Amino acid sequence: MVVRLAGAWRLGGTTPAVDPVAEQLRGTRPRALRFDAGGLGAWDTSLLAFLDRLENAAAEREVTVERGALPEGVTRLLDLAHAVPSRTGSDGAKKRDGLLARTGLAAIALLAGGREVVTFVGRLTQAIGRLVTGRARFRGVDLAVFLQDTGAAALPIVTLISFLVGVILAFVGAVQLKQFGAQIYVADLVGLAMVRQMGALMAAIIMAGRTGAAFAAQLGAMKVNEEIDALTTMGIPPLDFLVLPRFLALVLMMPLLCIYADVLGIVGGFVVGTSILGISLSQYWNQTVNAIDLMDCLPGLIMSVFFGALVAVFGCLRGMQCEGSSSAVGDAATSAVVSGIVSIIVADAVFTVLFDILGI
Amino acid sequence: MATRSEASGNARISVRDVTMAYGDFVLMRGLTFDVKRGNVFVIMGGSGCGKSSLLRHMIGLHEPAAGEILYDGDSFTHADPEHRDELLRRMGVLYQQGALWSSMTLAENVALPLGEYTKLSAREIREVACLKLALVGLKGFEDYYPSQISGGMRKRAGLARAMALDPDILFFDEPSAGLDPISSRLLDDLILALRDSLGATVVVVTHELASIFTIADDSVFLDADTRRMIARGNPKDLVEHCPEEKVRRFLTRSAEPVEQPA
Ligand SMILES: Nc1ncnc2c1ncn2[C@@H]1O[C@H](COP(=O)(O)OP(=O)(O)OP(=O)(O)O)[C@@H](O)[C@H]1O
Ligand SMILES: [Mg+2]
Repeated sequence: MVVRLAGAWRLGGTTPAVDPVAEQLRGTRPRALRFDAGGLGAWDTSLLAFLDRLENAAAEREVTVERGALPEGVTRLLDLAHAVPSRTGSDGAKKRDGLLARTGLAAIALLAGGREVVTFVGRLTQAIGRLVTGRARFRGVDLAVFLQDTGAAALPIVTLISFLVGVILAFVGAVQLKQFGAQIYVADLVGLAMVRQMGALMAAIIMAGRTGAAFAAQLGAMKVNEEIDALTTMGIPPLDFLVLPRFLALVLMMPLLCIYADVLGIVGGFVVGTSILGISLSQYWNQTVNAIDLMDCLPGLIMSVFFGALVAVFGCLRGMQCEGSSSAVGDAATSAVVSGIVSIIVADAVFTVLFDILGI
Repeated sequence: MATRSEASGNARISVRDVTMAYGDFVLMRGLTFDVKRGNVFVIMGGSGCGKSSLLRHMIGLHEPAAGEILYDGDSFTHADPEHRDELLRRMGVLYQQGALWSSMTLAENVALPLGEYTKLSAREIREVACLKLALVGLKGFEDYYPSQISGGMRKRAGLARAMALDPDILFFDEPSAGLDPISSRLLDDLILALRDSLGATVVVVTHELASIFTIADDSVFLDADTRRMIARGNPKDLVEHCPEEKVRRFLTRSAEPVEQPA
């Protein structure tokens, strides 16, 4: 069988498909495949790809290929492409498993993932133990940088979001309360909601998106770049040196951010109350102060410490789990945000029920 | 502690029947060789055959799937964490990509291990760090960040960091990749100087024939196809007498089969 190649073969242009030739190979079962390249114009990789696939199809049907008539450049490049046999036995090109197998594998992966979280928390606890006994090693400047980054640097976004949350709460509440002529209770509504729940929750979600992702990306890049291995082989535990300052910074700063968010939310409610509902400044102030007592602040503060720990743990863990390339770093950041937020919401639900039972 | 084997009297590092695997994928099996004290030991092999992996196994970043690695006859694989840390402190590692800590300047990179393990004052540490950087030709770049220097310079800074604590075992992963011929030659001199003046044992992964023949006292050749080490010995002998054609081809840089000399 002779395949006649003619015209220009360019990656940008259209090139003939291999399938018709392969079909004919199957149908006629020739002994050999020859080429006629008399009319061949300019060519590039598209021709090589075509010939390569054709040769594979021929090899499958045990048809010998005679490259004699091909331009010398083409033969040489084809030879080079086959000079190194393709790698076998690697798990890079795995077959796709059946549904049942995939479900099972996913379940195993889930369990393994949970295990890793538990192990990581355990290791971190040990590191905190070393910190308490004064044997943990990290650089003071690192802690300072992270304190700045998780504290002051986060203020603008926390300001914006919690102010708006206060505004939204006030609006939604006002519509209902107006029906009873009880607009003044907007102050109670916004104040209690912010202090008991929304302040901590909003600050935590913001920090999960902002700092959790950043931690995962930083540590992920360090992992991919073998920087973490370099620490390990220097005998410096990465957990002490990298994770501990990040964890401490978040756990210390989160309650402060929570208080700040509480205040800004109340300011948001106040703006709506005074400008739209016609409540006076002093009325709103008195109502708020009467509604909230200090014990109401406790749940939010307790939760925010835990939320800070959750964000730090998932950010750092996902970063440390990073393997391979820079795309893994992106995945790590995404995964840190997702697992951070999910864990925050779950923890919030648990805490709320718990506080209710305890009567706080 | 673990038993001291008789045979390894002069062996700094002994690799005993090690299998390297990532999950189900077995990279190499049956690796057995000794690295003698004060030798420059070269790990050779085609790209992707597992040279870096072997290095990472030797420094404990991966656990062997089977077999064991010993330092001075004591098991490293089964050592408890404290003993391991102690051994690690005596090693210096240059990673294939340099692996400098990107949030620190070059001087801080070299200074960190000094600050951790010595009682030097801050000023002395800085002086030592600058000296080490000067040794690899990076004088004047002390306050640059890794992102501000070239790949070859990063490699050299990694070398300076590996040498920070004057370790007596050094692991270099392709130290001369990305260096110009002259820097690469200077690096060979540096490696030989480390061996001769400090008595360091140096394990080097390299492809560069010129430097293989200059520095190597001993070597292994890893083969990806058979997943085994197929040659062992001084490259100067291997190039003449190795029964494996692949090794002779590698060492003579020829694509065609080479005749084995009689
Ligand atoms: N963490 C890992 N997980 C799975 N496979 C890996 C991992 N690291 C390396 N490999 C595989 O092991 C093989 C050997 O990799 P290694 O980096 O040791 O090669 P190398 O001999 O150093 O190559 P080069 O000369 O190009 O640096 C590669 O084929 C790679 O796919
Ligand atoms: Mg390598």
